[in-house]
Amino acid sequence: MDKVKIGIPRGIYYYYYGNFWKYFFKKCNMELVYSPSTTKEIVEMGSHLAPDEMCLSMKIYLGHIAYLQDKCDYILIPRIDRFDKENQTCTNFLALYDISKHYFKTPILNYNIDSQHDFLDGILNMKELKLSRVQCILAYEYAMKKEKEMKSRRENLQQQILNSSGKKVLIVSHAYNIHDDFIGSSIVKILKENHIQILYSDYFDEKKTNLLSKELSQDLYWKYSRDSIGSIPLCKEVDGIIFLSTFPCGLDSLVHELVIRKMEKPYLNLVIDDMSASTGLETRLESFVDLIEQN
Amino acid sequence: MNKISYPQLGSYGVPIYYLLTHVLRNEIIKPKEITKKTMELGSKYSPDFVCTPFKYTLGTMIESLDMGADILIQMGGGCRYGYYHELQEQILKDLGYHFQLINLINGGNHISIRKLFKEYPIELKKRGFLKYLYTTKKMVIYMDKIDHYIRSHRCYEKEKGAFNKLREEMLLKMSEAKGPIHLYHIYKTYLKRMKNVPLRETTKRIRVGLIGELYTLMEPKANEEIEELLNSYGFEVKRYTDVTYLLFQKKRKVKQYLKNFFIKYRMGADALDNIHHTKELCEDEYDGIIHIKSSFCTPEIAAMPIIESTAQQYGVPVLFFSMDMNTSETGFLTRIEAFCDMLEMRKQ
Repeated sequence: MDKVKIGIPRGIYYYYYGNFWKYFFKKCNMELVYSPSTTKEIVEMGSHLAPDEMCLSMKIYLGHIAYLQDKCDYILIPRIDRFDKENQTCTNFLALYDISKHYFKTPILNYNIDSQHDFLDGILNMKELKLSRVQCILAYEYAMKKEKEMKSRRENLQQQILNSSGKKVLIVSHAYNIHDDFIGSSIVKILKENHIQILYSDYFDEKKTNLLSKELSQDLYWKYSRDSIGSIPLCKEVDGIIFLSTFPCGLDSLVHELVIRKMEKPYLNLVIDDMSASTGLETRLESFVDLIEQN
Repeated sequence: MNKISYPQLGSYGVPIYYLLTHVLRNEIIKPKEITKKTMELGSKYSPDFVCTPFKYTLGTMIESLDMGADILIQMGGGCRYGYYHELQEQILKDLGYHFQLINLINGGNHISIRKLFKEYPIELKKRGFLKYLYTTKKMVIYMDKIDHYIRSHRCYEKEKGAFNKLREEMLLKMSEAKGPIHLYHIYKTYLKRMKNVPLRETTKRIRVGLIGELYTLMEPKANEEIEELLNSYGFEVKRYTDVTYLLFQKKRKVKQYLKNFFIKYRMGADALDNIHHTKELCEDEYDGIIHIKSSFCTPEIAAMPIIESTAQQYGVPVLFFSMDMNTSETGFLTRIEAFCDMLEMRKQ
């Protein structure tokens, strides 16, 4: 019998749980199909489908699903509402499942996390795959172990950069923006060309950053925003901070504005949309680099 | 003594003012009606791509603070509305105002009444608290019932402005109600008087459903008074979203909607409700649907493609509006008029 093919769109949740899924489904003996890293065509496919005012990250995600729709048996589109009261996800992501179901005919795995279902429940509820409970839990433990190893390796690397001399910049952004090829990679490239070391807000231990976010915002209740702004008190030694968001991100429009009002370090607020010309971006980044190097 | 103020939302200022003046010892400051100046103030100090209710409420807050208020009440939840208050507080403090801001719904969790009185300098009148709370609840429900009646009958009135005049009179009387029984009498008399308003007779009825984001729907200044406009063209209007729905019916309704499996999960704010309302309106054979939201309203953006295709299945036309501070009135009117003409032609 052929292996079941599961399509994983390279957007939004891929950058948080992609690594976990890779090990989990491998252990369950299933084949994974990934969409390629974001290209101009994928962005166009997405913005063709979505309403104009939807945020760029969502448009890209829809583009990835459109690419995958006839290349796999199931698509994994998690529907994550909240982990607890103070750790909710973006309002737009709640609708991801139903929007995708509306646009595409490919079956979607039943993967739901909300106030009644935690992370493990989300996996156990994928009834379509006909996995036994024991098999699921074993694979979950294995994947979690791998995930932890990877995370601690990543954090050590960040710590090394933080302790080294030389100019350092912290990029505060959601993981699905900064690691995306279309949105973030050009920024990373320009900074590296100018010999600036980069710290990523999502590479720190999320338990630590989640609590530290209270220093900047008392009532913030979005998990991914909390995780990213919590890295700011952790990196007191950096020379500058770059805030990166996509147009028109609902959360970042409020959260970044609030944090910027409390900033004392040099900062740059970048908002990327689907037609941003790279020249403008280069100019702004280069002048920011000049500013940091003079300090 | 501290002075309390709250953001402006349609005519609901009347019951809120009624409740606060009867329950608290503090002085209450009525917010000004939203004007061009409020909008300018609001958008001047707001971040670029925040949704429009943020700008309206910030504008009214600045005006209230200028009038001397030092406790502001903000009430929001469901989407990013629940996070407004922290940024608004920071913006206003950076402008140099001294005040406290209370958010009654915090990240979707209600603040407890005990905590409210412990942490903020609010003094409660001990007598009659429950009575006035009950009266306010009833007032909101009666107001919504009357409004519901007006929306579907104002289009046929013989004498222009008859309904509006009665409504204003009723609101004035209601704000002086002594208790629930007195209030009930006021409601009954005005309902009777409204039913006696002379109406034109028509052979063809054109009915339009209004759905969308709650603030823009309920604040007439934010939607260019679209209900009156549609009524003046002779169209009946139906709107689901009002405070009665949001506070007392929504929870039960959403459970029902989720059982239908048309949409599998909750979609944040009113998105799920709006999709189901579209379906209901189509099944009731309404002639057209108008969807209004403030620009960048996240949950509604997600619902829009589903609303569009649902209505398409039934062959009902939908018009989408994204209202912003600088929506040009002429452009808005042109689109509405074209839509109305189209509906009339379809009817013939």
